[in-house]
Amino acid sequence: MKKLACFFAILAFSVLIIATPSTNAQEKLTIAWAQWDPANYLDELSKDFTAETGIEVDLVQISWSHFQDQVFTAFVGKSDRYDIVIGDSQWLGRNSVGGHYVDLTDWINENIDVDSIYATAMEAFAEYPKGSGKYWALPAEVDANGFLYRTDLFEAENEKAAFKEKYGYELAPPKTYAELRDIAEFFTRPPNLYGVAPWYSKEYDGITMGFQQVMWSYGGSYGDPETFKVDGHINSDDVVKALEYYKSLKAFSPPDAPNYYWAETLDAYKAGKVAMAMDYFAFFPGVVSSDQNPNYYDKTGFFVSPAGPKGHAISIGGQGMSISAYSKNQEIAKQYLKWFMQKPVQEKWAQLGGFTPHEEVLQSEVFLNATPFNKAFAASFPYLQDFWAVPEYAELLEACQTGWNQVIIGSKSAKEALDDIARKHEAIFEDAGYYD
Amino acid sequence: MRSARFSRGFSDYQIKMAFIMPTMILLILMNIFPLLWSLYLSFHRYKASMPNRPAKFIGVQNYARLLTDPEIWGYFQTTAYFVVLAVITQFIIGFGLALLLNREFRYKGLVTTLILLPMMLSPVVVGLFWRFIFASDASGLVNYLLGPLFGGPIGWTTDPKIAMLAVVIVDTWMWSPFMMLISLAGLSAIPKYLYEAADVDRASRWFKFRWITLPLVSPLLLIALLFRTMDAFKMFDIVYVLTREGGPGIATETVSMNLYKLAFRNYNTGKACAMAYLLLIIIVALSNIYVKHLNKVRGEA
Repeated sequence: MKKLACFFAILAFSVLIIATPSTNAQEKLTIAWAQWDPANYLDELSKDFTAETGIEVDLVQISWSHFQDQVFTAFVGKSDRYDIVIGDSQWLGRNSVGGHYVDLTDWINENIDVDSIYATAMEAFAEYPKGSGKYWALPAEVDANGFLYRTDLFEAENEKAAFKEKYGYELAPPKTYAELRDIAEFFTRPPNLYGVAPWYSKEYDGITMGFQQVMWSYGGSYGDPETFKVDGHINSDDVVKALEYYKSLKAFSPPDAPNYYWAETLDAYKAGKVAMAMDYFAFFPGVVSSDQNPNYYDKTGFFVSPAGPKGHAISIGGQGMSISAYSKNQEIAKQYLKWFMQKPVQEKWAQLGGFTPHEEVLQSEVFLNATPFNKAFAASFPYLQDFWAVPEYAELLEACQTGWNQVIIGSKSAKEALDDIARKHEAIFEDAGYYD
Repeated sequence: MRSARFSRGFSDYQIKMAFIMPTMILLILMNIFPLLWSLYLSFHRYKASMPNRPAKFIGVQNYARLLTDPEIWGYFQTTAYFVVLAVITQFIIGFGLALLLNREFRYKGLVTTLILLPMMLSPVVVGLFWRFIFASDASGLVNYLLGPLFGGPIGWTTDPKIAMLAVVIVDTWMWSPFMMLISLAGLSAIPKYLYEAADVDRASRWFKFRWITLPLVSPLLLIALLFRTMDAFKMFDIVYVLTREGGPGIATETVSMNLYKLAFRNYNTGKACAMAYLLLIIIVALSNIYVKHLNKVRGEA
């Protein structure tokens, strides 16, 4: 009996020690972001915040393939695991309407100089519904879809002469999609070299981010943002032409191109398989690093995504910083956001490799000359556009991903796929009550 | 009085309950409650991502929509095609290997262990390395070897006509050892004297196989087939990794893959629950067919 009492006493004491919170515990802020270079830069930058405030910052990097699932599962479970979430622009609708993000409208208007931030970035990463003036985030990393190309090929005299003879104009980074196809065709020399690596993947938002900018540049659109009517927009003749064009690039891409998203196009480029590759600017620091790209780090140039016959539009990338509604450290999180948006911090953010939304910093000579690709990034800014950011974005996205991928692999014609997407999108909007 | 009762200890009933209750509570919490809750949700319009919007009762609308959606039937067809192809191939290879291993030879233990290895790997790991093996250009091992014979690389994961074959090959590589293991257990349990008696009667190899081996091993084979069919019907991991979420297009999009998207991408929780129940009904129905056949075979044996 004595032994039993002794056992229970030890057990109770152990539980007490484990359960009692440490009285001198340091304040801690947990940020969730995807696993990539900008997250490493932010981790580095956050050390300054810790030095200034004494608040520890734990940046949880989640692999891209699980990023959305992990964050959303935490939200659905109302978990206080994350204080700040740096999420995709498309998430705004779902997470604001669903009550997962803190409404920051009043706080931002009182504490942040909104005019110092690029309006496009504020609209894409912070505002929902668009044009409402209601803010749920602050832009953290503003990214864009761009292209990289092999300067050793583009600048070779024999290549230049042969190109001019065949196409009648100088070989240079393409300004239009028509030029992009010519150059892609010119450099297609299978099995060792192909012209271009576009995004065709069915994974997450791969082909959508690659194709939508072509669609917009050909005069197409997803639908009417006021009425949410889709039929006649996404399946218009312009979009059919755009999709047929995008599919035509497959002939000048490596055989496994239907599986390409940002990681695969980057790998294909680094392996010397392609003359040009599509990718997010945020990944370009690795391309100019001799460690990560030993063969072509000094033979790489960058250009802005080309224009189409009816305009110029570029897919926006990057993420905004939101505060989780389930966080117990919302005030500290706001303190961090306010600190992050200060001009000197934004300057350091840009210096580390982050793509700042701060207009003045973005246009400064220091930023423009900091890397070989910053000029192309800044030049892309005026053309940035985004996918639907409504709460139903995932269903809309899935219809696009499947439909467009089916066109690329030859399972459906462009018209068939686009009619299907239009029908599905209208059914989704109808179901969600947008037409009531 | 109290100490006297304590010293007498617990009654048999109390001890039984003390042993059973933890399991019962776990079972109710982890299995029964989610099952009933998901059944309840399947009759509602509900999105788990929108906790501020209450579930709205819509009767059998989720089921009706699913059953009248041709795309959903397409996913069921894809799944059935995969199940038939994969399970039959695994059965043939697994049983064949078991017949070969059902004899004494040097290093039998080592060979058996090596054959069993794929089964012990994580499906995600298997999917990932087969993704590299099947790469659609010469960097993939299979295309490096077979490409010259077929006049160029084969689009294992990019050609909609071939992608399912790639999934079947990977699943077969992984799960044939399971078939082999169960078959081997059945084969080694057959009494040797039956074969000796057949030898005395100068029975042919085929006769011995047809009338001794097959009838005695078939109950275990049916159990293996039952497990594999149920598991194959739920195919998710390999498709998610190898063919990138059921691609190309929807060529390898199984019901489970679509269910995952419905539940965890779109957070269409009500509809996803209804779909999960449809899947459950099909699997239970298939299992019943197997079990009935199994009982029949046992009766004959």
